[in-house]
Amino acid sequence: MKVLVCISKTPDTTSKIAFKNNNTQFEEAGVQWIINPYDEWYALVRAIELKEKDASITIHLVTVGGADADPIIRKALALGGDEAIRVNTTGDDSFYIASQIADVAKQGGYDLILTGKETIDYNSSAIGGAIAGLLDLPFVSLATKFDLNGTVATITRELEGGEETEEVSLPVVVSCAKGVAEQRIPNMRGIMAARTKPLKVVEPAAVDALTHIVSYELPPAKAGVKLVAADNVAELVRLLHEEAKAI
Amino acid sequence: MVLILIDHADGQIKKASYEALTYGADVAKQLGTTAEGLLLGTVTANITELGKYGVTKVNQVSNEALNNVDALVYAKTIAEAATTLGAKVIVFSHSQTGKAVASMVSAKLKAGLVTGVVSLPKTDGGFVVKKAVFSGKAFANVEIKTDVKIISLNPNSYKIVSAEGSAEVVQLNIAVDAPKIKVTAVNKVSGEVPLTEAEVVVSGGRGLKGPENWGIVEDLAHVLHAATACSRPVADSGWRPHHEHVGQTGVQIAPNLYIAIGISGAIQHLAGVNRSKHIVVINKDPEAPFFKAADYGIVGDAFEIVPKLTEEIKKLHNS
Ligand SMILES: Cc1cc2nc3c(=O)[nH]c(=O)nc-3n(C[C@H](O)[C@H](O)[C@H](O)COP(=O)(O)OP(=O)(O)OC[C@H]3O[C@@H](n4cnc5c(N)ncnc54)[C@H](O)[C@@H]3O)c2cc1C
Repeated sequence: MKVLVCISKTPDTTSKIAFKNNNTQFEEAGVQWIINPYDEWYALVRAIELKEKDASITIHLVTVGGADADPIIRKALALGGDEAIRVNTTGDDSFYIASQIADVAKQGGYDLILTGKETIDYNSSAIGGAIAGLLDLPFVSLATKFDLNGTVATITRELEGGEETEEVSLPVVVSCAKGVAEQRIPNMRGIMAARTKPLKVVEPAAVDALTHIVSYELPPAKAGVKLVAADNVAELVRLLHEEAKAI
Repeated sequence: MVLILIDHADGQIKKASYEALTYGADVAKQLGTTAEGLLLGTVTANITELGKYGVTKVNQVSNEALNNVDALVYAKTIAEAATTLGAKVIVFSHSQTGKAVASMVSAKLKAGLVTGVVSLPKTDGGFVVKKAVFSGKAFANVEIKTDVKIISLNPNSYKIVSAEGSAEVVQLNIAVDAPKIKVTAVNKVSGEVPLTEAEVVVSGGRGLKGPENWGIVEDLAHVLHAATACSRPVADSGWRPHHEHVGQTGVQIAPNLYIAIGISGAIQHLAGVNRSKHIVVINKDPEAPFFKAADYGIVGDAFEIVPKLTEEIKKLHNS
């Protein structure tokens, strides 16, 4: 069975977010890059767990990015991917990125495609659904549990105020959220092995981006905190009621 | 025409749909066109009343198979409805349903999509929408270049406005595919306010020491009709369920009021909550970073302050 895990490179969670060139570009100077936590902690680790139970599973990784994404994909290989494909292009339009992955998926014939629920940079929650739409496959979003029984997947997904358990036959695209698996740290053996695992670079398919980021902005700064004395809780309630009109 | 997806569960329209309807009606006004709703499946709620939120017409595909969201079936039906009706803008709410289907509709129609939108588009020369990015640390202004545009609205970003009005309900005849996804169990947490829709959120961190101490958080949430949330280590330790974890790697929320109790305010936590309109921090450490991101704060012991706060709010409600 072939599992495709989509891997994205994102700034580390502690990164200072700043922009350059008249707020049209993300300031990458000084930024540490990581595997998007949802892709790593949940999608990839779950694929590794499935493989640990069923050795016939192979884990294929795909990323859309420039050569600067190679360290990220090597880390994902070190965690437990078997081989990787990098589509040599960049972009911020979800349709464009999803089209590249769908193209890879069409050629690879995967039984299961896993993504994180969103990336922590663009927060679009759009790649998994768009890949499924392009491939005309069923899609389950925001999975919190994922199990395989032969060729049937049992998936629990988040709803507002609850959850739902579903069954679907492979192939399927699933976006993974917290609960699907637990974070792992790559070990030395994995890191050594990753150096020689295949990483294939392919050129992008000719697809037009449908959207384009014109500029960025930072949220307005807070005016400063109003402190209320610990023995005067009534004053906080008064401020929230009369000033903030929030209660 | 602007077409707004009306999301529902258990026969009732979801609050986020009223936001999407109000928003979609305002987009239509701005573009000098009309706004219509699209409802897939059946509801017990009164559909004509949705006219109050600015739509003149609600198109319905009354097929009960659509009461469950099988993303592929749902998306194909929406794509076909949008094409038949000649929609130029399709509005979703960036809710669980929106996250499942908006991008699929975008792929089916090859229509540009922006999710997590927080305000009305700029339409003077182009169509540019503002969306939250970097998990709440910034915004991006994104131009949609295609003829048909798809946007999903972040919950709690647009004020619901209602006026007199009623909508005509029109049945759409669309062949619906058989679902491939079979729902085997539904587990609803009843009586809880869904986190992303809540106006007020009361959140607890490691400062509360253990799950047995959550009573004071729940009592405060109860008097405020608030949802409860928590920091990541709290969810990771199993003190609270995962769906309450807010932050960069949890749920991102933008309530009117966020009350943080015993939470230090790490950058990853702030990312998920800093779009809240008003932030109150209760922490015994005056140096806690959260105070820098707060509007109101009390330095002190949560175990003393939170019960007092609950009492004072009860007094306010009784006065
Ligand atoms: C990649 C990554 C992603 C992350 N994502 C998230 C995320 O999405 N969400 C998230 O929350 N965190 C996230 N974190 C973790 C984050 O860095 C912090 O560790 C976490 O937010 C701290 O949780 P806390 O504030 O509850 O606990 P602590 O930092 O331990 O803070 C406890 C606070 O309680 C106060 N306190 C103690 N006793 C009392 C008392 N009696 N009364 C009042 N106050 C008291 C203390 O002064 C302290 O400020 C992430 C970390 C990483 C590395």
